[in-house]
Amino acid sequence: MTITGTTTGTPIVEAHGLSKRFGKTQALDGLDLVAASGQVVAVLGPNGAGKTTFVRTIATLLRPDGGTLRVDGIDVTKDPEQVRRTIGLAGQYAAVEEAMTGRENLKMVARLFGHSRRSAAAAAGTVLDQLGLTDAGDRLVRTYSGGMRRRLDLGASMVGAPRLLLLDEPTTGLDPRSRIELWDAITAMVNNGTDVLLTTQYLEEADQLANQVVIIDHGKVIAQGTPAELKSQAGRDVIELHACNPAEIPQLATILAAVGVEDPRVDPSTRRITVPVDGGTAVLPTAVRAIDEAGLHVEDIAVRRPTLDEVFLTLTGEPVDEAA
Amino acid sequence: MSVTTAPTVQPMNLTTGTFTLNRSERPAGPAATTLSVAGRTLKKFFRNPQLAVLGTIQGAMFLLIFRYVFGGAMAQGNVPYVDYLVPGFVVTGLLFSGMTTATGVAEDVEQGFFDRLRSMPVPRSALVTGRAVADTVTLTWGMLVTVAIGFAVGFRPDGSVPDLLLALGLTVAFGFAFIWLFVLLGLLAGNAQAAQGVAMLVFPLSFVSSAYVPVDSMPGWLQPIAENQPLTAMVNAVRSLALGSPEAAGLTGTTTHWVVVSAAWAVGLVAVFAPLAVMKYRRTA
Repeated sequence: MTITGTTTGTPIVEAHGLSKRFGKTQALDGLDLVAASGQVVAVLGPNGAGKTTFVRTIATLLRPDGGTLRVDGIDVTKDPEQVRRTIGLAGQYAAVEEAMTGRENLKMVARLFGHSRRSAAAAAGTVLDQLGLTDAGDRLVRTYSGGMRRRLDLGASMVGAPRLLLLDEPTTGLDPRSRIELWDAITAMVNNGTDVLLTTQYLEEADQLANQVVIIDHGKVIAQGTPAELKSQAGRDVIELHACNPAEIPQLATILAAVGVEDPRVDPSTRRITVPVDGGTAVLPTAVRAIDEAGLHVEDIAVRRPTLDEVFLTLTGEPVDEAA
Repeated sequence: MSVTTAPTVQPMNLTTGTFTLNRSERPAGPAATTLSVAGRTLKKFFRNPQLAVLGTIQGAMFLLIFRYVFGGAMAQGNVPYVDYLVPGFVVTGLLFSGMTTATGVAEDVEQGFFDRLRSMPVPRSALVTGRAVADTVTLTWGMLVTVAIGFAVGFRPDGSVPDLLLALGLTVAFGFAFIWLFVLLGLLAGNAQAAQGVAMLVFPLSFVSSAYVPVDSMPGWLQPIAENQPLTAMVNAVRSLALGSPEAAGLTGTTTHWVVVSAAWAVGLVAVFAPLAVMKYRRTA
């Protein structure tokens, strides 16, 4: 599968038939992906889909069992050294040293990338400023909030000015405000011309950050496209209601079936009924009116964005947790 | 009426969009990488009161317990027990420092620090070497503290100054040798708790040796084990040097014999465990 980006030339990531097995688990199962340079690619998938394995393989931390993988045209198995000069990695943990200041952390990484003392200090200053951490720069990281640590970790991955930034679930575990701050920071990287490949479990995050979204499951690409394409394909808005009375569930389901584009899904244990719809907010009043006219009662009814589970259900025909 | 202003949050400098970061064409070499990693590990040690102070206090506490609680019951013929004890105590202290190495390495694995370094264009062996160098510095510091406390509680070695310096030098070398074993254990364990469990092997290793009591006071079946393990040779070498002669330490053989045997053990430990540790670290699964 090919993702066309805004610039032509060597793809920044090019994987063909990539496979990796851990014991009984086939983490990557013939993954094919060609990502053009000049964009943000989001790799979206549930836990255990192979996202982290894919990133670790690109980062030369894992050696693939089969297939080929090139980063900016460089084969990761043949010339890992050169690949390491091309990438910056921010893993799932904020791998920053707590007993050092933010500035010291960045200077150390810059020095490892070969900067002189003076130029490492300058690069650390630039990055701190860029991430809004200048005031906290000379404090020990121990005193930082979770969001600040993640930002510093992002800074450490970019202080060597990599061509490709690899971010493995950059915002997992952050509060909404910190998440938005990190998104802003990532956007700034992109504006600066760095290619980014990030993994996420959140559809919203992929939507916010990426030009191209790749959905993977069981180590394979199952869908890809722009966020808009994927949403129109699989990410329809959902009307969700909770019935007051279990006896009314069948009637409510019939009403939702009339406004939805697929069969409604009923969860009897929570008395919840959901249905994907086209043009969510426009359809909601119709549904409410129909429920009212039929004299039925609901605890609540709302339109919401689809969850990743629902996208998966649509794309694969099976829910995330049962898809194993 | 006073108006309190909320503290202003420094805005991110994102509107400008672009900024300049230069790439360096040549990443750090082995020496620079080793120094960077060692510097970071030392900062971690000395800025972490828990590591720096507790480790020291723990060593001092055990020394005092052995000296004053067990000391009377364990008087040795030739020399006061404190003179017998301190050399053994200093050498076994290396193993207890080693436990810190194992858990520190495991933490680095667990918290993604090693992943970051391994994804960078720097020599991978230098990353483990940096750890070994830093931990050699911290164990030397711990050893000097222990020796100082030893003097404070009555340790009066009869060895010549050059011999005493040689004893100190050897101890540092033994410590460096053991570090590789503990780096490997930390890498294999993968998380700090498991590493701590694995590192418990230092207890039998240190007690079933000549460190605290003479080997010939142990039951017959235990003697061959105690006699032929590296720690005993190292303790015997340091003790012979410190006390001025093997006889004073209740040992047969010459001082040179024990120095050579213990040095051979140290070289052997490095020869086996350093390549294993580097290999384990390098391995990209």
